[in-house]
Amino acid sequence: MAATSSEFHDSNINNDGLPLVFYHCGQKYRGIPFREWIGTRYRLLEPSDSTFPTLSCSVRVLLCVGISEVTSEILDQLPSLECVVGSSVGVNHIDVAECCRRGIKVTSAGDAFTEDVADYAVGLLIAVLRRLSSADRFVRDGMWPVKGEYPLGLKLGGKQVGIVGLGSIGSEIAKRLEAFGCIIAYNSRKKKELVTFPYYETIHDLARNSDALIVCCTLTNETHHLINKEVLTALGKTGVIVNVGRGPLIDEKELVQSLLHGEIGGAALDVFENEPHVPEELLALNNVVLSAHKAVTTPESFSALVRVIVGNLDAFFAKQPFLSEVEPI
Amino acid sequence: MHHCSNKMASSPDKISPELPVVLILKPPEVFKVHEELFCQRFHFLRAWESTLPTDQFLTTYAQSIQALFCNSFTPIPAHVIRLLPSLRLIVTSSVGVNHIDLHECRRQGIKVANIAKVFTDDVADIAVGLLIDVLRKVSAGDQYVRSGSRIWSDFPLGYKLGGKRVGIVGLGSIGLEVAKRLEAFGCIVSYNSRMKKPSVPFLHYANVCELALNSDVLIICCSLTEQTYHMINREVLSALGKHGFIVNIARGSIVDEKELVRCLVQGEIGGAGLDVFADEPNVPDDLFELENVVLSPHRGVFTDETMWECYELVSGNLEAFFSNKPLLTMVHNDD
Repeated sequence: MAATSSEFHDSNINNDGLPLVFYHCGQKYRGIPFREWIGTRYRLLEPSDSTFPTLSCSVRVLLCVGISEVTSEILDQLPSLECVVGSSVGVNHIDVAECCRRGIKVTSAGDAFTEDVADYAVGLLIAVLRRLSSADRFVRDGMWPVKGEYPLGLKLGGKQVGIVGLGSIGSEIAKRLEAFGCIIAYNSRKKKELVTFPYYETIHDLARNSDALIVCCTLTNETHHLINKEVLTALGKTGVIVNVGRGPLIDEKELVQSLLHGEIGGAALDVFENEPHVPEELLALNNVVLSAHKAVTTPESFSALVRVIVGNLDAFFAKQPFLSEVEPI
Repeated sequence: MHHCSNKMASSPDKISPELPVVLILKPPEVFKVHEELFCQRFHFLRAWESTLPTDQFLTTYAQSIQALFCNSFTPIPAHVIRLLPSLRLIVTSSVGVNHIDLHECRRQGIKVANIAKVFTDDVADIAVGLLIDVLRKVSAGDQYVRSGSRIWSDFPLGYKLGGKRVGIVGLGSIGLEVAKRLEAFGCIVSYNSRMKKPSVPFLHYANVCELALNSDVLIICCSLTEQTYHMINREVLSALGKHGFIVNIARGSIVDEKELVRCLVQGEIGGAGLDVFADEPNVPDDLFELENVVLSPHRGVFTDETMWECYELVSGNLEAFFSNKPLLTMVHNDD
C-alpha cells in the first residue's frame, strides 16, 4: 500500500530506510555498474519501476549516469527535485541554467578524473607527435622488414604548447609537459593571477604562438566551436591539436578539412561531435590518433568517482556542503 | 639528389684532395636525410654501392681510410677493423656502441665517437609515450576506433599511471630523464644500476630481480654488454608478475625475447611497450595479435629536430678528427 505523499516529502526515506535517488541512465550508459557500486547505500528509482508514478513527485535528488541528458522535460517530471548529481567533469549535457532557475543545485565529478585525463592527454600528444600508433600499425602489418624506415616524428622538448582552459585538468597537463621541456602558455576565460605561464587573451593568439594546442576546457554556449577554421589556420601546417574536452569545442568539419589538406600537422582526439560517430576521412589518416572517449577509464578513476558521487549524495541528505558543486556561469 | 661520390666506388685515385674521405658500409638514417650537407664537407667511400663483397671492397679500396661512419644496425666486428689498416676513428650515429668491437679498437688505438646526449630527450619521451600507451591502451584504442567499433563502453579499462612503482634499469642520462618525467605523473621511481648513485633521490636495488619484485613497471635504459645480455630473463619477468609492465627502449637482447613473448602470450606479465627487438626488423609474430603490447620500429630517436642535431654532431666529430682537434663525443673505451 503506498505511503502518503506527505510522509515521503518529509523524510524521502522509503521502507528500507535508504534515501531515495532518481537513477537517470541513458541507454548508452547501461554498462556502467553504478547500481552495483551504490545500490546498497541508496534506493535507486527508475522510470521503469512500478513505484515511479508515486515516488517521482517526491524524489529530491537525481543521479546522472554517464552523459545522460538532463533537460527541462526531465526536470518537469520531478517536481520536488533539489539536486542533480553528475558523474562526469563536463556538465554540458545538463541544463544547468534551467536547474539554476528552479533552485536545483548541480554537482559534477570534481577532480575524480583529473590525473587520469591529464596523463591521457600527454599520452595522446606523444602518440601524435611521435607517430606511435601509426608506427605500431606499421609493425603489426609486417611492413618493417619490407619498407625499413618509418617517417620521422617531431620532438616534444622545446615545443610551445598552448593549453585551452587552465582548470585542474589543464594545470595537471601543464605540470607534466614541463618535465618534457615543453613551453607552456594558455587561454582561459580569465587570466589566472597566481599562474606564471604566459596568458593569451584570445584563442587565436594562443594558436598562432603554439606548436600544439591541448583542448581541455568546459563546453558552454560560448565555447561551442571555439576551435574554428581561423584558429586552425593560426595553428598552422606543423601544428597539432589534442582534444580531451568535448567534441563540439572543435568545428569538426573544419578540422577534417584542415587535416585532409595538410593545413595542420596532426590531431589526437578522444572526443567527437557526435559519438560514437567518427568522420570517415579520419580513419585513413596516419597523422591522427583516435580514441573512444576513454580519457577517464581506469579502475582508480571510477573508484574516485564513486567516492565523489557518494560524497555529494551524502552531503545532500545531511544538508552539508557539496564536494564539487558546479557554479552556474 | 646529388650523388657526389658515385665515381668513388670505382676509382678511388680520383679522390679530391680538398675533402677528407670517410668510409660507409651501409648508409645510416642521418646520412640519407642530410646527404647533401654531408657531401659538402666530406667525400664518402660507399661500400654498399659496390657489387664487390664487402671484404674484397675494403681490401681493394679502403686501405688508406682513416675514418668510418656507421650506425647501430651495421656491426663493425674485429675482422672488418683488421681489413682497414689506416683506420683511426669510428663514428656511430647511435648512443649504443655494442655493435663495434671495442676490444679490437682499444688494441689498435682506434677512437670511437657516438652521439652521446643528442637522443636522450627523444628516447626518454618515447619511453614515457610507450608506457602511457600500453597502460592506457592508446594505440589499441586507436585501432578499435579505426576498425569501426561503435560500442565504446565495451573497450576495456586502462591502468592509472600515478602511484605506479617504476623500476628503471640503468640510471644513465636516459634513465634519469625518464625518471624526471615520470615523477611529474606521480610515479614512484627506483632503479638498478651497475653502481649506486649517491646523489640521486631514488631507491636503489642491488639486483634487477629485486627491482622487478618491487615494481609495477620496468623500463630498460641500460647499454647492451656481456653482463646485460638477457639480463631480463624468466626469473625477472616472473618477479615483475601478472600486473607488471615492461618498456624497452635500449637494446632487444637485454631481454630474453622468447621468454618475454611466452610470458605475454600466456598472460604472465601485464603488457609491454617495445622499441627494440633481438633481431630487427623481425618482430615475433605472436606479438601482432596481442592488444597489451605496443610495437615501435626502433624509432626512439627519430625526430626531425634530433636528426639535425645528429648530423651536426657526426659531422662535428669527423671534422674535429680531420683537423686534429679533440673529438666532441668520444666514447671512453677503457677496460
